[in-house]
Amino acid sequence: MSEEFKIEIVNPEKSFLVKEDVSEVVVPAYEGEMGILKDHISIISFLKPGIIKILSKSGDENYYVEDGIVEFKNNNLSILTSSIFNIADIDKSKQQDLLKQAEEESGKEEISDQSKYLIDQKIEVLKTLN
Amino acid sequence: MASLDDLKKRIASVKSTQKITKAMKMVAAAKLRRAQESAEKGRPYSEKMNNVILNLSSGISDKDNAPKLLSGTGNDKVQLCVVMTSDRGLCGGFNSNIIKKAKSYFSKILSEGKELKIITVGSKGNDQLKRMYGDKIIESISFKESKNANYFDADKVGKIVIDKFENSEFDICTIFYNQFKNVITQIPQAQQIIPLNNENSEENVSEESYEFEPDEDEILSNLLPKNISTQIFKAMLENSASEQGSRMSAMDNATRNAGEMVDKLTIQYNRSRQAAITKELIEIISGAESL
Repeated sequence: MSEEFKIEIVNPEKSFLVKEDVSEVVVPAYEGEMGILKDHISIISFLKPGIIKILSKSGDENYYVEDGIVEFKNNNLSILTSSIFNIADIDKSKQQDLLKQAEEESGKEEISDQSKYLIDQKIEVLKTLN
Repeated sequence: MASLDDLKKRIASVKSTQKITKAMKMVAAAKLRRAQESAEKGRPYSEKMNNVILNLSSGISDKDNAPKLLSGTGNDKVQLCVVMTSDRGLCGGFNSNIIKKAKSYFSKILSEGKELKIITVGSKGNDQLKRMYGDKIIESISFKESKNANYFDADKVGKIVIDKFENSEFDICTIFYNQFKNVITQIPQAQQIIPLNNENSEENVSEESYEFEPDEDEILSNLLPKNISTQIFKAMLENSASEQGSRMSAMDNATRNAGEMVDKLTIQYNRSRQAAITKELIEIISGAESL
């Protein structure tokens, strides 16, 4: 029996990525990283800033996301996100830009605890991208 | 009767107008293709989002404590209407169709004695509404700088709407936009986004139960604001495709009308030229006869 399932990543502008031969996906779910294999139970969760790792026969891929929702059902993994970048496409200056933006936001005072937590998370992830 | 010179000038001016409308038609056609493409590409996102929310809301255990964005405030006293139009004119009935739809809704609300608040997106809507409903417009937004509809702009509108909802400035929110059917037909739509209206789509709910992490309520309260932005974004995409489609057919008509006008004017020009020649001949002949 094959151990592969389908992943679909969509952002508001288009369907970002569709792959049929994925063996494992690691997503940065809100309560910690979550690895999804075939025949996982149906689940809905949302994402915090982090790295999505996609392991498949045709090679591994890494994506940086800032937010989103994951839904897994009948061996279909859908990820809805408004901000996603392929790590391979993020160069030094892009990473610095994102980092600067996040740091500015985290410096604001009227920010709620939850979003503060999310932004700190974002900064941490961005720093590890080097 | 207009002199020959006047006619000549008019023909030239109509011809140059025709050139402009023809160019606009072609530009609109090119833009339409792109707008249509992005509207189609954007569909999966909003559909998926809708599905997830449907699944979530059917799984919610405590209906009374459901997030207000889903269940509403229980009132319908204050209505917020988001009227989405284009920033540019010369696109046929596109803007006036939305405005007409919105106005009939407004007068219905007002006759029921409810309070009305309006947000206009796009400058044309603002121009047309401020005469009659100027005091009701609480905000007018326009995205003249951005070339294409993008999610970032939609998110801005979404955040404004949600902020106002959280400050309990309104109970029900409806967005007005044109749904793109095809180049000739665009259907003005009124869609209620707060509270979420999903009566028609009940059958899509899957029987399967989900595991949630964290719990339903928290996911829902996180998801619903995003859904507002998504719905607005969808409306923006539909709108931009409709705008280009509407402009294209309007400009096509204008080009055709200009062509007809040129033909008519040319005939008139030729007739009066002949008449002038005949007149001159008569004068010469009668002059010669009298000698």
